Amino acid sequence: MAVEGDRRPGPEVAGRRSKLLAGWGPGGDGRRSVAIALLSTIVFFAIVVFAVTHSPGWPEVRKTFFDWGEFRSSLPEIASAFKLNVKIFCIAEVFILIFALLIAVIRSLPGPVFFPLRALAIAYADFFRGVPTILVIAILGFGAPALQLKHVPTSTTFWGIVALVLIYTAYVSEVYRAGIESVHPSQEAAARSLGLSRAQTLRHVILPQAVRRVIPPLLNDFIGLQKDTALVGILGAVEAFKQSEIDTDATFNYTPYVTAALLFVALTIPLARFTDWLIARDRRRRQSGGVA
Amino acid sequence: MRAGLIALTALAAALAATATATGTTARTAAPSASCVKASLTLVKPGTLTIGTDNPAYPPWYGGGTTKGSKWQLNDPSNGKGFEPAVAYAVASKLGFTKSEVNWVYVPFNNSFAPGKKKFDFDINQISYTAARAKVVTFSSSYYDVDQALVVLKGTPISHVRSLAGLRGFKLAAELGTTSYYDILGAIKPTKQPSVFDTDAAAVQALKNKQIDGLVVDLPTAFYISGAEVPNSTVSGQFPPPRGGEHFGMVFQKGNPLASCVDGALKTLKANGTLAKIKSTWLSKATGAPVLK
Repeated sequence: MAVEGDRRPGPEVAGRRSKLLAGWGPGGDGRRSVAIALLSTIVFFAIVVFAVTHSPGWPEVRKTFFDWGEFRSSLPEIASAFKLNVKIFCIAEVFILIFALLIAVIRSLPGPVFFPLRALAIAYADFFRGVPTILVIAILGFGAPALQLKHVPTSTTFWGIVALVLIYTAYVSEVYRAGIESVHPSQEAAARSLGLSRAQTLRHVILPQAVRRVIPPLLNDFIGLQKDTALVGILGAVEAFKQSEIDTDATFNYTPYVTAALLFVALTIPLARFTDWLIARDRRRRQSGGVA
Repeated sequence: MRAGLIALTALAAALAATATATGTTARTAAPSASCVKASLTLVKPGTLTIGTDNPAYPPWYGGGTTKGSKWQLNDPSNGKGFEPAVAYAVASKLGFTKSEVNWVYVPFNNSFAPGKKKFDFDINQISYTAARAKVVTFSSSYYDVDQALVVLKGTPISHVRSLAGLRGFKLAAELGTTSYYDILGAIKPTKQPSVFDTDAAAVQALKNKQIDGLVVDLPTAFYISGAEVPNSTVSGQFPPPRGGEHFGMVFQKGNPLASCVDGALKTLKANGTLAKIKSTWLSKATGAPVLK
């Protein structure tokens, strides 16, 4: 059934690297590849840097986008505002992972009895994948508190999180569903023949394999979520992007935008590398295991 | 007080003049000579191109708009409202007829973007600050502005009469205004103030009670309490920051047209035209108690 225990490394594992290093084979050929890669990288960036720095507007762009003094003075404020982004995506991700799994399981329920639930789950995923995120945030963030219901929070952070959870749950449920459908039907048949109930089969056989397979795309959506926290700013919350706008408007200098961008990148790039590493590891395992 | 105002205006004019003088050297000898209409360097020859944001909000803009017009709320070319009235008075002093003035839509964020500007000047309630004046050239003051607080009637914050008393409330400002810094500087609030992208968003948040109070310029405050949020009131205005705060028209950095506009503004102030325009369009914007 599952291949968890089977981790013998295959023959070609040692030579396999992540995509970034593709073509850098081992041995003497590798040194030549590295030299070519290095040279082409240097030439490429030299051309780009030359083209940018010799453009007629470069002195003004450098002053307005890459001002070291502005960068240093805006960094503490924007970094502090960035904590709100981190808070938003951490809370949202927990709910997204749970709700999306529920939706995906509902969509995979067999039989005519569950048709209404399946239809609802499909309608939900279709709708929230179709509406632009910024509109959901704006409509919920300004609309829901306007109802003036008691015990319903008016906090912009709260409604920003709700909107992001709604949107990303729709995306992530599709990711889970792809994982569930990728598990071969023979797995379920085998589990049932061993006397496991349908629920037990789902819990102990299907989902463990399905979820493991979709970890890379899940992380991909997590990165998307991190970036989209900047949209909560339209509700008035002062997160990193909003703070950078405030700073930019105060000085008419765009460097704070670059500061905010660097903060996001500093968080997403390690995660993207980690995702690549997971994909590579997953491929190694499957190629060495042979089953599933 | 009048003498003080004149002194302040003269100071601002002198500042603006020196600011432009550093950008251009040829013009300083005889500024009036280069202000002949035919010798002005304009975005579109023979036409004075003026930028402002869209929608153009009352009371700064008035007179409504026509169906099919690209202008929302108010069409600036009708000459109604404070800023169009000032702009046309200046244009007339420079020798432009009404039909030789063309209004273009310039979002606030674009007014200071690096590169060639698509307007001769932008008039959009933009406050002069020393930092901003490093990037663009400002005209001298056409309006000395005070910041005021709008709150909902009967709420706890509506009884507060001191700046210190406002510390614990959830306050908000609009993006790109100096109001945000007035909140941080004068009140030092314990809750992070919200910052909204648009007037509409800020007003909605006030109605929703997502914020306790909104800080905007005094005329806008009276417009919000008078027309947009019926149950609201201007509970007070902020003591002016040191040196005062004023709106200036925005020019491409070093544009010699700025000194011509300054000359026109000086005449309009001296002959009482500016005061008359102010009393016509902003007469309601007086009489809020000063928060101490």
